[in-house]
Amino acid sequence: MSNFSSNDDALHSVFRRDLRTEWIARNRLHPLHDSVVSAQQGGEVRGPTGLLRKNPHVIGFIGPNGLKRIDRANGSFVAIGGKKRVPSAKDSQRPLHLVENPEGYIMVVGDMIGGRLTSHDKDILGLAHQLAAEKSKVAVVLVCFGENKETQCDLAGVDRVIHLEGNVFEGFAPEAGLSVLQQIETSYQPMHWLFPDSVHGGSDLGSRLAARLGERPATQAWQVTSEKTISRGASGSQDISRTTPRILMLMEECANAVEDTRHEALPLALEFDVSMAEGDHRLIDQGQIDVDSNAVPLAEAEFILSAGNGIHNWDQFHSAAAALRATEGASRVAVDDGFMPRSRQVGASGTWVTARVYLAVGISGAIQHMQGIGQCDKVVAINTDAGCDMVKRADLAVIADSEAILAELTRLAQQRELSKEEEESDAA
Amino acid sequence: MQPNVNVVSLVSIGRHPQSGRSRRAEQDGRAVELGLSLVGEALTVVHVGEDQDPVLRQYAGMGLPSMTVLSQGKECDALPVLTSFLKAQLPSVVLTGVRSESGESSGMLPYLLAEALGWPLVPRVAEILHIKDGQAEVLLALPRGQRRSVQVTLPFIASVDNAAQEARQTAFGPGLRATLHVETVDSVVDDAAIQWEMSAAKPRPKRLKVVKAKTAADRMKAATAKPVGGGGKIMKNETPAEKAQAIFDLLLEEKVVR
Repeated sequence: MSNFSSNDDALHSVFRRDLRTEWIARNRLHPLHDSVVSAQQGGEVRGPTGLLRKNPHVIGFIGPNGLKRIDRANGSFVAIGGKKRVPSAKDSQRPLHLVENPEGYIMVVGDMIGGRLTSHDKDILGLAHQLAAEKSKVAVVLVCFGENKETQCDLAGVDRVIHLEGNVFEGFAPEAGLSVLQQIETSYQPMHWLFPDSVHGGSDLGSRLAARLGERPATQAWQVTSEKTISRGASGSQDISRTTPRILMLMEECANAVEDTRHEALPLALEFDVSMAEGDHRLIDQGQIDVDSNAVPLAEAEFILSAGNGIHNWDQFHSAAAALRATEGASRVAVDDGFMPRSRQVGASGTWVTARVYLAVGISGAIQHMQGIGQCDKVVAINTDAGCDMVKRADLAVIADSEAILAELTRLAQQRELSKEEEESDAA
Repeated sequence: MQPNVNVVSLVSIGRHPQSGRSRRAEQDGRAVELGLSLVGEALTVVHVGEDQDPVLRQYAGMGLPSMTVLSQGKECDALPVLTSFLKAQLPSVVLTGVRSESGESSGMLPYLLAEALGWPLVPRVAEILHIKDGQAEVLLALPRGQRRSVQVTLPFIASVDNAAQEARQTAFGPGLRATLHVETVDSVVDDAAIQWEMSAAKPRPKRLKVVKAKTAADRMKAATAKPVGGGGKIMKNETPAEKAQAIFDLLLEEKVVR
């Protein structure tokens, strides 16, 4: 069983004081005082002339809330054990919200782009908890298809999870998803069905379910209580207020995400045979088409290969971008030097990108550039300087010369392309 | 061009986002354009609603010799009328916009039609590549400029995305000369919608950025800290091949390289 909850095994980070050493350090008349203090200061250090050297930086100690204190009255009180207390997630662990033997369910069908909850999904989970709070013993259930990489479902407010995996749900398979939702409907009769009103499939699945169940949904809803719903109509120019229907498709920022509680995120049983889920035989998904990645606007590109001052072989960079099918971006330096057009600049006075994966080659990460990539999920840095800001921001940083890595990446991409072609010709 | 296929485009009255005037709806215009590119003048364009609306002439001005109007009042439901019309016509392809620009604009009409007729529905179509042997190859518009190819059996309903070919310019004179076949139909009043309260859209409140720091030191940190997502993996001493492999694995895991 996969685990969607965040880990909380931080027991070893508990801050423990050694009261006896503290006391010896305070007591200058204690026979062990000298040895304890010198041990804390990293031993006695004598200069070349034999003079005792004092380290001015070890004066003071780190207090219980992480701040440095200097006790003038008792200068010998130094950080005991030399450990700095790192505030951990354990300190601020949220209270657990328990729903035992739930009597009602609110189903949230998330978009789960790239297998993770989007901010839109989290807002909807927050709204589901607002609706659930008005009745007792209502569990918020996250329904997700395909891969689930989310590790913080418990903090996002998921009481129960229905997770369905299988090849049937990959790609464009609205009928397979719909058959699952229908099964959930018959087994649990949820109080509400909440969908994100998004282009990522939430609105499509919600509309299909509403049409199948013959219920009239509220679309583009943005203010929802258990009695009344306000939704946008007439291309966003009018507000429609009506009694809250059972199926809702919600706009972004419809409510605040859950921030104060922790939830169980237990799997909820569903009698559904994944192998029985059959897509509509009249709709055959033929997979995604290769589009010209440089024709995609930079602001909405999914995967950006971005070049900075560390690139010397520009032909190689362009061929790598073509092989990886990445959209090209650039830092300001590369644009100012004339290697890339201004329309490709990422960051302040350029484009603010929203890529899922941002591969920065030879970019050290000026703050103007970092602002531009603030919304990127995964940042990969290739740089020769291990101390630069981009490496600190990156989820994966590679300290190497860009030319060697780009050559390897191009080779890997071409290899994969070849093996895929071979597979296809074998199948045909 | 495939003149032997029966294609129907459904159109509605649009609304200009700035001036609020009625106009040719953006996506419906694209649906007509797509229909014209498939079958030319053999395309059937259908509007359900008032037959005197001048906007209908804007659709007709795209090069249509005639249009069909199923005449009913504003408060009536388009679904039963359209269902019976399509059952009588039995077209192979029905094209609509994703969402209308007036009324509820729920975007449910293609779904409800598909359910009522039992036809497959392809949402957010960018292009219909070809129709052959009772099968159509359709390109769906995915977010972030991506496309997906889907093969669908005729007859089917497709909602046309903004990524489809833009609607051609409309000509005033030919629009006026086109004939409107007005059919009076047994209309059903939409009872549920009458009970709704409609009002001009209120601006949505902006989400406030609340700093939840408890101490002054935390607030200072939140105000000055650089956005650093610490805890990334750093590879220093491996060979270039291993490093590149690690990057490539990440790209595969995130499914940006297929």
